[in-house]
Amino acid sequence: MTAARRLIRNARLIDPDSGLDAAGDLLIEGDRIAAIGPGLADAGFAENTEIIDAGGLCLAPGLVDMRVQLREPGAEHMESIESAGHAAAAGGVTTMVALPNTEPPVDDVSVVEFVARRAREARLAKLHTYAAATKGLKGRELTEMGLLAANGALGFTDGVQPIADALVMRRVLAYARSFDQLVIQHPEEPSLGGAGEVTEGEIATRLGLPAVTPMAEIIMIERDLRLVEITGARFHIAHVSTAGGIDAIRRAKAAGLPVTCDTAPPYFALNETAIGDYRTFAKLSPPLRSEADRRAVVAGIADGTIDAIASDHAPWDQDSKRLPFSSAACGIVGLETLLPLSLELYHNRHLELIEVLRRLTINPARILGLDVGRLVPGSPADLVLFDPDMPWRIDTERFRSKSKNAPFDGRPVQGHAVQTIVDGRTIFIRQG
Amino acid sequence: MQEYRFGHRHLLGIEGLTPDDISHVLDLADGYVELNRQAEKKNALLRGRTLINCFFENSTRTRTSFEVAGKRLGADVINMAVQASSMRKGETLIDTAMTLNAMHPDVLVVRHPESGAVQLLSEKVDCAVINAGDGSHEHPTQALLDALTIRRRKGKLGGLTVAVCGDVLHSRVARSNIALLTVMGARVRVVAPRTLLPAAVERLGVEVFHDMAAGLKDVDIVMMLRLQVERMHGSFVPSTREYFHFFGLDYDKLKLAKPDALIMHPGPMNRGVEIGSEVADDIDRSLIRHQVEAGVAVRMACLELLAGQPSNRPSLQ
Repeated sequence: MTAARRLIRNARLIDPDSGLDAAGDLLIEGDRIAAIGPGLADAGFAENTEIIDAGGLCLAPGLVDMRVQLREPGAEHMESIESAGHAAAAGGVTTMVALPNTEPPVDDVSVVEFVARRAREARLAKLHTYAAATKGLKGRELTEMGLLAANGALGFTDGVQPIADALVMRRVLAYARSFDQLVIQHPEEPSLGGAGEVTEGEIATRLGLPAVTPMAEIIMIERDLRLVEITGARFHIAHVSTAGGIDAIRRAKAAGLPVTCDTAPPYFALNETAIGDYRTFAKLSPPLRSEADRRAVVAGIADGTIDAIASDHAPWDQDSKRLPFSSAACGIVGLETLLPLSLELYHNRHLELIEVLRRLTINPARILGLDVGRLVPGSPADLVLFDPDMPWRIDTERFRSKSKNAPFDGRPVQGHAVQTIVDGRTIFIRQG
Repeated sequence: MQEYRFGHRHLLGIEGLTPDDISHVLDLADGYVELNRQAEKKNALLRGRTLINCFFENSTRTRTSFEVAGKRLGADVINMAVQASSMRKGETLIDTAMTLNAMHPDVLVVRHPESGAVQLLSEKVDCAVINAGDGSHEHPTQALLDALTIRRRKGKLGGLTVAVCGDVLHSRVARSNIALLTVMGARVRVVAPRTLLPAAVERLGVEVFHDMAAGLKDVDIVMMLRLQVERMHGSFVPSTREYFHFFGLDYDKLKLAKPDALIMHPGPMNRGVEIGSEVADDIDRSLIRHQVEAGVAVRMACLELLAGQPSNRPSLQ
């Protein structure tokens, strides 16, 4: 039975929204944050209160992961809502947002309700879902955006597929704006992509793999930004990975367009050389890029052009990856490595710790319109207690996720979640 | 001096072979050219050994060449055309590899339409694997037979200038030849319209030309590549007529090369598309039939190196 009052004392409180980064305590009452500040423990709160000694570790808002693929409904053997919830909890993620590319896809109110019900039953990390922008994710007819939004869909996207047709995209943006809904795009011009899952260049040429020019991303971003200009819709670009794409977004933001974007850890932690000799675990969409693009992603995160870091969690079983490179599925699991890989930006001195956390908490929460991601009295008590420095090696065999497809196996990293709290309840404690 | 040893378990590509490895294969193959010209062509080096030709993509020439090579060395040769059978039923490449492995072959000769697939298969079996062409990646025995053909005629590889002309983008033959010729000290040029060249091709150590007149000037060897039918009509080049006009090999273009320049083609040829018949059939200039002859010899040499030693055969646990 969870105590109604829990006091976390002796913590380093970090709240990117208010700029707070100081030693102090945090009091939880029920599912809300009741108070924060130094010396709460001395002020007589200890009666009937569960005391958690943080031992000087960091206490921050739980991570908000705005791009996660679930395989439920449809392929629960790769990932279920429950297994993803456990993976999220272990990764310090307290809110995740699922893409609609399940089977059936989330293009109907009943599927939105199904996902919500399964998440309630799991009682782990909070789960929201985007809904499909077009029926069946086919890129042709609009979904019932108004009804889907009224039933909890957080935004509209065709998931891992771009909304390719310019006229359909214009109507998606215009219609979504009528309901003040967010549209999220996978930015890749498919007619330039062909079968490419590697970036055009020396590595693709040596391996003899069908390659895609990075212009496919840049062209789609530039096109969509023009459509945002005429529709005024709130627009979010997923997993940007190119210097040119980031530049285009930087200019659009300066011009005042309502645009935001995210990237995922592989795009700042790896470059195309990770493919090596056809390593399918390094096959992603968009594909891994050149070192120059990787550096541009780091710079885009640092200067705020890139608003958020999302895991881009894409669970696949062995059968989907133990194939010739061109036949293998795209994507890697990321919920359990989002925090340590993002902390590399801090350890490598690209960003202050609080700035890394900003891109993992309040920024995605704001984009999504969610009342989470802050340490203020009255907010949901969604928290992560973490050690920012603890050195360890990623071991995919220990992932809670049902799928183990990650190119980071064996990578030495620093920092991990020690305890994860959702609505005042502890959903994860690291053992040992 | 240390005795030379061919230190590779598989032959997956030219990439990774040293000049010594290549010269050793070619020296052995030279001997097999002579053997193959005799009435009695057989030896018993691979007697009792099993070679499986495992082709996931259509091939007549390469498969036959390996079959002849295996049989002349006394091996039992089995041909499997996989594209029609198990892959259609959903069996994965790895399943196929495991199945074949359990039959205790000594060599698998594998062709597959996807780059990297032969390497993947080689990781799952206990026997030697020879890549007979994987996607647009490598076709090492083709490059070795081309090198043997050139060396027998010119006496060397180093110092020659070789123009590789045509669809470099999709060609595993081009990649293997570029790797082999550059490591052996030849100067390599590629000549093609920009739609048929991969990005950053100059990083492979070649000079790039988009014009046959400039590209063929003073070369010793003109190596033509096959243009697949599905790429002829509008997708990569507008028409076969235009392609032949600008990039097909005829005497007008050939006269820009050295007077003793020789012509090669991996086959099968598209006459009138990438190469004119009169050039292809020129008995003094064209090495095309010699390439086929060298193919059997080179494959015998590779089989000897990979399957000839008992130590190269770990037991199946």
